[in-house]
Amino acid sequence: MKLVTAIVRPEKVNDVLEALYRAEVRGFSLSRVQGHGGELDRVETYRGTTVKMGLSEKVRFEVAVSDDFVQRTIDALCAGGRTGEVGDGKIFVTPLERAVRIRTGETDEGAVTPLQA
Amino acid sequence: MSAPAGVMISGADTAWMLAATALVLLMTPALGLFYAGLVRGKNTLNTFMMSIAALAVATVLWALVGYSLAFDPGNGFIGGLGHALLKGIGFAPRHGTHIPQLVFFAFQATFCIVTTALVSGAVVERMRFSALLVFSASWSVLVYAVLAHWAFGGGWLQAHGTLDFAGGVPVEMGSGFSALAAALVVGARKDYGRQALLPHNTVYVLLGAGLLWFGWFGFNGGSGFGVGRPGVLAFTNTLLCPACTLLVWFALDLLRDRRITAIGAATAAIVGCVLITPAAGYVSPGWAMALGALGALPSYAVIVWRPRTRVDETLDVLAAHGTAGLTGILFLGFVAQRSWNGISNGLLYGNAHQLGWQALAALAGPAYAFTATLVLLRVIGFALPLRASAHEQALGMDVTQHGEEAYVTGEGAILVSTEVLEGPVPVAQP
Repeated sequence: MKLVTAIVRPEKVNDVLEALYRAEVRGFSLSRVQGHGGELDRVETYRGTTVKMGLSEKVRFEVAVSDDFVQRTIDALCAGGRTGEVGDGKIFVTPLERAVRIRTGETDEGAVTPLQA
Repeated sequence: MSAPAGVMISGADTAWMLAATALVLLMTPALGLFYAGLVRGKNTLNTFMMSIAALAVATVLWALVGYSLAFDPGNGFIGGLGHALLKGIGFAPRHGTHIPQLVFFAFQATFCIVTTALVSGAVVERMRFSALLVFSASWSVLVYAVLAHWAFGGGWLQAHGTLDFAGGVPVEMGSGFSALAAALVVGARKDYGRQALLPHNTVYVLLGAGLLWFGWFGFNGGSGFGVGRPGVLAFTNTLLCPACTLLVWFALDLLRDRRITAIGAATAAIVGCVLITPAAGYVSPGWAMALGALGALPSYAVIVWRPRTRVDETLDVLAAHGTAGLTGILFLGFVAQRSWNGISNGLLYGNAHQLGWQALAALAGPAYAFTATLVLLRVIGFALPLRASAHEQALGMDVTQHGEEAYVTGEGAILVSTEVLEGPVPVAQP
């Protein structure tokens, strides 16, 4: 059981969602984050003040999956999120100790397997 | 310049027209706010700036040549150059009015500005700003000034008796059908038809619509050029007609989706103002209310139908202005009443000719606006790329076109220009 965390471009979110859906990854959370990952800074000017915007808007996907789903999830995130330019983001995979589905109390693999509804 | 003897300037007329001009000028930033609320957050400033751009380019072009082409006698199709470069525009009254030509010029300029800004609604979220500046400048002369000459400046429509009180032909049909052409030439947004592209701030939309309605009292109320009957009638009709459109729009929303929507309400207020624009000083208040109610239907239908097509006429200028302007121009041909306007009756009061001239305007205005805009944008397209790249559209037009963002937090922003300060940065004293 792993937690797959992906940081992607906001404008690629719809493509990532579509790719995850095609890969049958149905459970995830996403949040808006700001970060810096080596992409070129944007220079903006407000009246006399010129600033380098060091942080870029990104969207973070968090997907908890069973081990045999990890590669499919990564493939989907890459396919949906890639533009080829610097700033496409990163994917981190971390081991997951426990997972609990609140409604039923199911744990671990059962909790991260989506219901066939 | 002093007024020639015998021609009177009216203090009352001039005072009202000065105020009305300022009211109409407010409509352009109001439109910018309305449009900005309807786009995605990353395109807020660019969309607003498209309206602000009209304040710059349309005003200057109007002073250089536009006013002259619209209001100098010239021929039936286009005015002459007698007033080019502001020649002869002074304190003497404009013929047919009791206000100085200076005021008449400024009042008409605000119409040109807001109409030029209206067209931008068709191309938001993808047209490059520099290309838009060139387009707006040339459109304000080659399309607006020509149509204004036809309808207001003694051109062939006005000479033959077409009634158009405050701009159903040049402003409403002119912008609406030009918007359709612009959307076709510039093409759809990158994600159009693939993703839901939703309005990001409906409060802006409602406030923008409210301010537009407020300004419209100057727009229609000032188009009588004084405080006489036409202006007074137009003023009150500008209250009554949009109220009826709003109410009918509520009913249509209820029938379609069982809910009354806020964006629908904002749209309805504008559609109502557009409907009464050509008819404002020519129809009775009762007919103005009927026009508001009935005129909601065609615009509502176009708004429901348009997003199902491939035409990304993004902010529905065709439905709100083109369609409603056409409805108003034609309706006027039925219900114009000499007992109210002192000029002409419509079909219902025994004058079928009036409807004929209204119908001709409803054909010629859209045809010219559509064709001229199509050709103009194709020509500009040879010299300049019209569209931002897919990558620029994805990042947002605010950052890529202007280097600014509407909703900037300042987190992570590093000051670049500190080296300009000589010596140590002064420390604030407690």
